[in-house]
Amino acid sequence: MDLRTRRKTTNVIALGLSLAAMAFGLFWLIWILWMVFEQGIGALSLDLLTLDTPAPGNAGGLRNAIFGSLVMVGLAMLIATPVAILAGIYLAEYGRRTVLGQVTRFVNDILLSAPSIVIGLFIYAIYVAQVGKFSGMSGALALALLVIPVVVRTTEDMLILVPNALREAAFALGAPKWKVILMVTLRSAKTGVITGILLALARISGETAPLLFTALSNQFWSADLSEPMANLPVTIFKFAMSPFADWQELAWAGVFIITMGVLFLNILARVVFRQQSANH
Amino acid sequence: MSETQAKGRLADLLFFNLTRTVAFITLALLGGIVISLTWSALPSIEKFGFSFLTSSAWNPPADDFGALVPIYGTIITSIIALVIALPISFGIALFLTEMAPTWLRRPLGIAIELLAGIPSIVYGIWGLLVFAPIFGQYVQPFIAQTLGKLPLIGALFSGPSLGIGILAAGIILAIMIIPFIASVMRDVFELVPPMLKESCYGLGGTTWETVSKVVLPYTRVGVIGGVMLGLGRALGETMAVTFVIGNASLLGSFSLFMPGNSITSALANEFAEATPGLYTAALVELGLILFVITFIVLSLSKLLLLSMEKQNGGGAH
Amino acid sequence: MMPVEPVVQKLTSEISIRNLNFYYGKAIALKNINLEIYKGKVTAFIGPSGCGKSTLLRTINRMYDLYPGQHADGELIVAGKNILEKGVDTIELRAKVGMVFQKPTPFPMSIYENIAFGVRMHEKLTRNEMDDRIEWALTKAALWNEVKDKLNKPGTGLSGGQQQRLCIARGVAVKPQVLLLDEPTSALDPISTMRIEELIHELKREFTIAIVTHNMQQAARVSDYTAYMYLGELVEFGKTDELFIKPQDKRTEDYITGRMG
Repeated sequence: MDLRTRRKTTNVIALGLSLAAMAFGLFWLIWILWMVFEQGIGALSLDLLTLDTPAPGNAGGLRNAIFGSLVMVGLAMLIATPVAILAGIYLAEYGRRTVLGQVTRFVNDILLSAPSIVIGLFIYAIYVAQVGKFSGMSGALALALLVIPVVVRTTEDMLILVPNALREAAFALGAPKWKVILMVTLRSAKTGVITGILLALARISGETAPLLFTALSNQFWSADLSEPMANLPVTIFKFAMSPFADWQELAWAGVFIITMGVLFLNILARVVFRQQSANH
Repeated sequence: MSETQAKGRLADLLFFNLTRTVAFITLALLGGIVISLTWSALPSIEKFGFSFLTSSAWNPPADDFGALVPIYGTIITSIIALVIALPISFGIALFLTEMAPTWLRRPLGIAIELLAGIPSIVYGIWGLLVFAPIFGQYVQPFIAQTLGKLPLIGALFSGPSLGIGILAAGIILAIMIIPFIASVMRDVFELVPPMLKESCYGLGGTTWETVSKVVLPYTRVGVIGGVMLGLGRALGETMAVTFVIGNASLLGSFSLFMPGNSITSALANEFAEATPGLYTAALVELGLILFVITFIVLSLSKLLLLSMEKQNGGGAH
Repeated sequence: MMPVEPVVQKLTSEISIRNLNFYYGKAIALKNINLEIYKGKVTAFIGPSGCGKSTLLRTINRMYDLYPGQHADGELIVAGKNILEKGVDTIELRAKVGMVFQKPTPFPMSIYENIAFGVRMHEKLTRNEMDDRIEWALTKAALWNEVKDKLNKPGTGLSGGQQQRLCIARGVAVKPQVLLLDEPTSALDPISTMRIEELIHELKREFTIAIVTHNMQQAARVSDYTAYMYLGELVEFGKTDELFIKPQDKRTEDYITGRMG
């Protein structure tokens, strides 16, 4: 084989392998999504929304788990979003070059990928163990700690993208800095920040590990944040690991709901962000 | 006039301190995690000391605990995941940046990113209820007949075909981190200045030569950073592993077919039911070990990715 | 080394361009270009930015192939073959037609490897032959004396002007027939620019050169032929001294006298 033929052959083989890798990757992912659809749609029924989680062999739904998830996720977002936006503002507007800013940025990025189960342990240690019982509140706190790094990161990134000319124009009118930041900078980065919030929401919607020993789970309806609270991920975990067919079916239904929700939020975040980019 | 100015200045000061305090809280969180976990793990740390890391005992009734089995499980599943995910992710990133027709690049790239966002519990339940039965019935016997017959590595692929076990957990983990590593790699590949790639094509280079000799060396640091980030994910992943690893705190044989335990699966399965005292403390210590390992891996990854960005910001442009 | 042949008076065409059109998707970027690039001469392409000079250069080595949606029609004849046709081996073509870019683009490897890299693609040389080739190429690029003691150092460690000469050496080492220079001095200081211009004078003894420049003085200094392009059209083409002294077209005159662009 001459040099040129050999080079071309190598190239074709490499590109063929690359194509195969793409096909291989997509194969699993399509298979997984397909099973979620097939099993999930089969298990969908109105009972899911009207009945609570059953004992094995009984009719039941996921009402308490869906409610608990919504409550804890909502509460987590309420707690974490303002905190995270303020921290993001500090990093972008005050602390770009300060030591506190740089260290915080670094640590925040580490927390972004830190194992979520450790966050659960942390809340267990400082809250659950002190109070003496599992509770919905502690679950919400654990989820809030997962939201913070995501929103801090996107807020900072989006604020940095705002052109300095805009800030200078506002300062030139004699506005104080806090007003410039809140009224001008943050506002023009609004959609970017919302994107971050949506991504964080998508992330915690399916998180299981941090709830295992904070909210725990609850077989019954409960709206009391000081009691263990049912939630979708832990219910799915418990039901899927069980040997009961009807529990496994409910688990698939739960997985379907979560997957759809997370995909929807991710796509929504993209659409929102696209609009932001189109405006600039 | 001067009164409003003074008010403005006061508000500025308040706002600045508010944001700074909040930023500091984020920072303090990290310290808080380390301190509180160490505090909670203290009984176990005091009792077992360093032997905790080397002991394979896990006997709650006798209050005898060691971290070797879960640490081994965490590391070995992550290694299996990386060995599988690395070449596949590289292939996908190569496909997305150099090979795919332009109209396909965006949709495929978005699909990969969306898949990276799917919660791990989905991978877990699929692994347990769909993958493991097929894997145990068809794939494991085949592997045992082929790889299992080889000298040395054969021992890794022997034993009963249960479906679930360390190998299955590693594979599920691989499937989960492929989209993640692939999208980081693609982002890094896209940082290569087009002119540099054109220089290679301009000499008569093929696509593969351009990627292997120019793109990869140029992005080496960033690629390693991305892989470490994926490793960090794999080490700390809970649900994708817990469903399929089999949850056995034994280190009976080195076969990857055997059920095992990882740090995260031990925590997920046992923590809520553990009795207070030494048992809980030992589990918390496991969590602390996991946090320290992932912290180191993620820090390295972050530093590598930062230096890649810097090289790109300051050097080429 | 071969003795330098006396300059051939009779012009032979290295590249013939006939009725060339080029499109970015649906937008037309080059309109009906007809042009000869003569062997052993330097042909300069001048014109305001966005007029299609670089596009024309990138058509000659089919660099546009990398970007789907870009395509060309007409004839572009290199060594007797229309290289715009389907099935043309771009690897072979690009071995014959080397290119140097606006900015220096040293590969992330040593100085030696930067040059050996391209050579190895097309020829199998012994270690000694390779050493000779690298010395030859670096000498051609007037860089040998500056780097002969640090061939194993990374190419990115050189100064901007040295990096660009390294890129020229890398292109020359493959022994192409044609060298395409796409604004090769636009990122360089005046002294480095001067050295590259001197180099172009040397290189045309052995290579046909096409250079895109937005610097008219540079075109006047280095080229034998000049093509003035405007809005995707070739407005005027002729001997450099004639074109600069007596432009035939009003638009060319406006441009070179600084009334436009």
